[in-house]
Amino acid sequence: MRAVNLATAALLMLLSGIVIYDALRLGAGWGLEGPQSGFFPFWLATLLAIVSIVLFVQALLSRSEGPFVTGERFLPVLKVLGPLAGFVLITDPPGPWSGLGLYVAAGLYLAFYMRWVGRHDWRMIVALAIAFPVITFFIFETWFLVPMPKGPVEAWLGY
Amino acid sequence: MGLDNLFLGFQVAVTPFNLFIAAVGILLGTIIGVLPGLGGANGVAILLPLTFTMPPTSAIILLTCIYWGALFGGAITSVLFNIPGEPWSVATTFDGYPLAKEGRSGEALTAAFTSSFVGAFFSIVLITFFAPLLAEVALKFGPPEFFAIQLLTFSSFVGLGGGNPLKSLATILIGFMLSTVGLDIVTGQLRLTYGFTDLMKGFDFIIAVIGLFGIGEILLSVEEGLRFQGAKTDMNMRVVLDTWKILPRFYRTFVRSAIIGFWMGFKPGGATPASFMSYAFAKRFSKNPERFGKGEIEGIVAPETAAHAAGVAAMLPMITLGIPGSPTAAVMLGGLIIWGLQPGPMLFIDNPDFVWGLIASMYTGNVIGVLIVLAFVPFFAAILRIPFAILTPLIVAICAIGSYAVHNSMIDIWYMLIFGVIGYVFKKLDYPLAPLVLALVLGDMAENALRQSLIMSQGSLAIFLTRPISGVITAFALFFFVMPVLTPWWRKLRGVSHGKAASARS
Repeated sequence: MRAVNLATAALLMLLSGIVIYDALRLGAGWGLEGPQSGFFPFWLATLLAIVSIVLFVQALLSRSEGPFVTGERFLPVLKVLGPLAGFVLITDPPGPWSGLGLYVAAGLYLAFYMRWVGRHDWRMIVALAIAFPVITFFIFETWFLVPMPKGPVEAWLGY
Repeated sequence: MGLDNLFLGFQVAVTPFNLFIAAVGILLGTIIGVLPGLGGANGVAILLPLTFTMPPTSAIILLTCIYWGALFGGAITSVLFNIPGEPWSVATTFDGYPLAKEGRSGEALTAAFTSSFVGAFFSIVLITFFAPLLAEVALKFGPPEFFAIQLLTFSSFVGLGGGNPLKSLATILIGFMLSTVGLDIVTGQLRLTYGFTDLMKGFDFIIAVIGLFGIGEILLSVEEGLRFQGAKTDMNMRVVLDTWKILPRFYRTFVRSAIIGFWMGFKPGGATPASFMSYAFAKRFSKNPERFGKGEIEGIVAPETAAHAAGVAAMLPMITLGIPGSPTAAVMLGGLIIWGLQPGPMLFIDNPDFVWGLIASMYTGNVIGVLIVLAFVPFFAAILRIPFAILTPLIVAICAIGSYAVHNSMIDIWYMLIFGVIGYVFKKLDYPLAPLVLALVLGDMAENALRQSLIMSQGSLAIFLTRPISGVITAFALFFFVMPVLTPWWRKLRGVSHGKAASARS
């Protein structure tokens, strides 16, 4: 707990440093017609720098109250984060590659997680992995006209 | 005059389409309130893109009804599963879950929903009368007054939020800093982008809400290994009617809690302290306080009435001043801007049909709400029996869809992921998240108000203290900011005098 508190306070100091640097570049004083662009961020970041230094000292002086998280409890968290990152990647990877689109990726993600973590029955997995994308597709694309990233499967179906 | 306007509002709210929208909103909202990881704020945020093509009045009715639904839904999980969906339903678990274990969940839920309804109704009536008055006063406000109100808003997080006040202050500053990223509309300069074109658009608070509250909450609940093994429900018409026969006995608790709820509620972050405060009061004034915590109906009535009264009261500053009292109200404020409305006191003059339609829909929405939740409790409880390995990816996928839909941009889904991790870490370290979101929403407004005030005063900060209205508000804000420093001293002083008094007596 103490280590993560220290690290967070340190990161906040770094953040305020980054903001102060750019605010000074923009000018944090009084321009021709009032405060310059950097004025507001500069004072915010200065205050945050002070606050985070105090938080750092507080964390330093505090006794440790047990670990932030144990490895055993952190595993399920990683099991959510990993597939989620994979889901976003196959939806539309950065760079020139084209992805599978959000609907197909969501279906695959759902199936993967249900099998990997929940050990569900394959019939159930297939049913849900098809039903969820199809239902959301009709709600978003046809009913509310909100487009999502689409891939080859949707193109093949004529959308 | 007020009643004429309310009548106009009912003509807007009571159309078949808007009543249908309200029912859909309540249903969705209750599901959202029941599901882990989806609370009022991010539920409204995810569904916000669906309202882009709707008329603004129907859109706000949908969103507010989702909010009422989520407030009702929180009671279901608290009573049946001993899991408070929102911080302000923690107090409801104290007596709700013991009752459910005794097999009296029907009574407990009926009491919870009815109290919610009474609390909400009380606040709505007050809003009906106070909102136009407050808006009229606010019309005379200039930039210094608005900035002072912002200060007051954030000072109450620091002074009244509980926990480490410096951590509250830190998240407020982070929120404001994130709001300055991107194009500065006043000077046309790019700020804090460091050459990354993706940063030019800045950070949207809706994404922050979905990430911090949605993904963060999911991560937290899988870490804690939540399992939903709850009590069964025995809801039926007879139980409801029997409970309604008992409830009028608690009229004092109802009135007291509703007043506490409204009073605490229009200040940010007020719902949670309001629910605990009215629970404590109910216990103190009860004839049998020893029954509290073991399954006393009154112990459900008090926090539920206060929490719902506070939840509704949070809408008051949102519609009159354009300053939201809670993250959910903040998301709605964002919606207003997207639908092309200018939040603030001018709404009452420019869009009376919208404002009064909204106020009237609070009446209709809560009536529909209490009927729907009473009728469908078994259905909502069944949702929580869906296995976790199905619920988790479903909620995550819905969050991703919602984030993408706001601006049709992939980078927003990545931001959602990052905000999710930040939300998880911050929540574990007791950094409060609501102030961050509110600061991100209000950042532009706060900065503009500050700029204009400083231009008016040629750069002197004294302007906030010398103008009468802003002076009073700023003084209050400064008081709240220093309160965490003063309270320990005050306690010490009192402790010393108590000690003296005690020794003198002996």
